Amino acid sequence: MKLSLPLAMLLALSLAPAARAANEADYKAAYAAAEAASREAAGMRNQWTVTVSALAAAKKAADGGDFDRAVAAAKEAEALAKASIFQATSEKEAWKAMEIR
Amino acid sequence: MNARFFLLGSLSAALVAFALTSPRVIAADKVDPVADAKAFQNFFFQKFPTVKHEDFVNGPYSMNEDMKRQWQEKEEFPPYEFALDAGKEMFATPFRNGKTYADCFPNGGIGIRQNYPYFDTGEGKVVTLELALNRCREANGEAPYSYVKDEMASLTAYMAFTSRGKPMDIKIPDDPRALAAYENGKRYFYTRRGQMNFSCASCHVQSPGERIRAEILAPALGILNAMPIYRSEWSGMGTTSRRFVTCNSQTRAVPLEPQADEYRDVEYFLSYVANGLPISGPGARP
Ligand code: HEC
Repeated sequence: MKLSLPLAMLLALSLAPAARAANEADYKAAYAAAEAASREAAGMRNQWTVTVSALAAAKKAADGGDFDRAVAAAKEAEALAKASIFQATSEKEAWKAMEIR
Repeated sequence: MNARFFLLGSLSAALVAFALTSPRVIAADKVDPVADAKAFQNFFFQKFPTVKHEDFVNGPYSMNEDMKRQWQEKEEFPPYEFALDAGKEMFATPFRNGKTYADCFPNGGIGIRQNYPYFDTGEGKVVTLELALNRCREANGEAPYSYVKDEMASLTAYMAFTSRGKPMDIKIPDDPRALAAYENGKRYFYTRRGQMNFSCASCHVQSPGERIRAEILAPALGILNAMPIYRSEWSGMGTTSRRFVTCNSQTRAVPLEPQADEYRDVEYFLSYVANGLPISGPGARP
């Protein structure tokens, strides 16, 4: 159960074939999705530093016209943000397992 | 770096982290700070039976004899002395309106560190010493200090110094909001965060005495009693706020803003479970 979401994301991303070069529209879509997920994570007060870096890397690559790299980084940012959301959600109860009692 | 590889690399790190999460779930029960503190202290007393109880407040030095010897030698010319002198002077210097910090605190601010943080029933929130100092400044028309810089560290160093040896004495008033703040602090302490999927407890409960890079991890018991601390790595003093921010970043979690509710609450929790252990601040770390 705990593994399912990140695992699914990992599989989806690793199997996705890079059929053609990405363009600006691909980047914009990927970036918007990543940004939405990262905003949700921040709202749960559980942003990861690596999500922020991946978003920045996506933007930088796009500014330099490298949309392949930009899309890859945006997708990574989205996956990381989703993992952090998953973490925050499961920790709502799971923290108790760590408690000294 | 190949983008796809980078992607897989960092995702697998997240995956590994999740795989390590214990799936054990424990039914919620009522909040009992007295029982918590007892269990918390016993855990450390049993885990480190040769460490004297009052020694836990010396962070990494309680965990390692060699380090402790070096530290005791260093204490003859402590590296926080500069901050201490500065703090003392700042504390005595009147604001532009003629008042001083002493006017803001019980007992003129001397020997009271062990009572912070406290739960303010008026505000309905935890008030830390750092927060109280800045509120004192603002109430007297002065700009607040940065929570992570030298001035704040100097002031708290001086206030801790005047309280050395006094047992931590944190109260939880009979107010459901106080209990909720305590519980929230406890939750924050045990909640895993960041890409590394670590909670504060992963390092300071499960691994005290162990090395992480060049540092020896301090035990969570009494972990705030020595604040603020001088660190060679920082080549200067660090406040409690600065330490929390640094610890969050180490797990690849974006830190909260200094004095966020969660930080105030975790300070309340950690200080409460250290009740009875002496104030030892300011501290010095290698
Ligand atoms: C990745 C491991 C790690 C995590 C997680 C972590 N810390 Fe730390 N912490 C350290 C290290 C390393 C130090 C410096 C060495 C030491 O003193 O333990 C430190 C030091 C401290 C100190 C100063 C102790 C002293 O005596 O020098 C405090 C207070 C502290 N941490 C609180 C926290 C809190 C609260 C959390 C959770 C928000 C937390 N830490 C999470 C690694 C961690």
